[in-house]
Amino acid sequence: MRDRTLWTWHIFAGVVILVFLGLHMTIMHLNGTFPTFNNPFGGEAESWQNVAARAKSLFFTLTYVVMLGAALYHGLFGLRGILLELNPGAGLRKGINVALSMLGLALFAFGAWVAITAPGVMSRMGG
Amino acid sequence: MAGTSLKQVTFHLRRYEPGKDREPHWEQYQVDAPPGMTVLDGLWKVKELFAPTLAWRSSCRMGICGSCGMLINGRPRLACNTQISELQSDVVAVGPLPNFGIIKDLVPDLHPMFEAHRELMPYLIREDTQEQENPTGEYWQTPHELERYLQFSYCIKCGCCMAACPTVATDPEYSGPMPLGQAHRYNSDTRDGGFAKRREALSEVRGPWRCHFAGECSQVCPKGVDPAKAIQLMKQDLVFDLLKLRGRKPAARLVATPCGKRREDIPAAPPRTITKA
Repeated sequence: MRDRTLWTWHIFAGVVILVFLGLHMTIMHLNGTFPTFNNPFGGEAESWQNVAARAKSLFFTLTYVVMLGAALYHGLFGLRGILLELNPGAGLRKGINVALSMLGLALFAFGAWVAITAPGVMSRMGG
Repeated sequence: MAGTSLKQVTFHLRRYEPGKDREPHWEQYQVDAPPGMTVLDGLWKVKELFAPTLAWRSSCRMGICGSCGMLINGRPRLACNTQISELQSDVVAVGPLPNFGIIKDLVPDLHPMFEAHRELMPYLIREDTQEQENPTGEYWQTPHELERYLQFSYCIKCGCCMAACPTVATDPEYSGPMPLGQAHRYNSDTRDGGFAKRREALSEVRGPWRCHFAGECSQVCPKGVDPAKAIQLMKQDLVFDLLKLRGRKPAARLVATPCGKRREDIPAAPPRTITKA
């Protein structure tokens, strides 16, 4: 893929991270100031019941998956930039691209699987 | 008088002669430096008095031709535009511009820079090639449109920005600030219609994507050009183009050459006060 497209996705991923990290800060640390997402069980946002309730929410499952994808892409693209500045040969350059793509896809698959199966796990654990 | 006294400075010069030297080395020469003496004047003095084989490039001696870019006391500068007194040191260390090969002594091999420059098509690209070859009028451009690229057109291609760029130092495929800045200069020119052609090269690894925005290119530019800004604006242009958000206007239209019309209320010149012998 062309560098222009990759870089544009990099910027979009950065914006997504900014939005979702803001959401994270609001929910986890500023809930008293901005009670947009009231914790269903009250009390601390980090309490087991509230964490379990969020994990079972479709909205939060989607945000976890999108955030995971954006963070992985943004981070691995940055790492690729650093590695390419070590001036590897053409073959190694291709190897770096393939290795980072595979690593990103594997981590995304594992993280998405955790986020998607979390509701069931929470239910079995009494959440 | 203190202001006109001679000062003795030591020139540390990076010498290298291919085929003779295995690698560059430093040599020292002491010369008297009167106030106002430039580094280029000092090099001429060293050549005249001590090192007749010393090689460098220079031409205009007034910061216009861009030939005498060198690494002077650790910073890329024009030798003709740098007074020894402004260095505030008794030592003047001069080497060839880094990030380039060395042809001899202080002469860098600028071929890669000009090759990248050529590949990015730094000239007006229009469909009316016949008009460009045999002009019959002028291309319409407002002063506001001129302002969009004017500062980038002050570039003298001295290579100082390339020597200061950390990405050029580590990535041989990156075009560098001078060629990219000049590509942006023509992309921003309303008389140009070549954005689509340049986009092919700029979208690839040669384009602006590896720029870290360190800003060193703009810091060292002896003409006050801001290539770092050009590169960021170019990124914006290319991304907007990818997202179909870049407005497309046809290249500026041709207008007839304005013909001068003498104002009638201009008073006549006064009579001569001296006569021809």
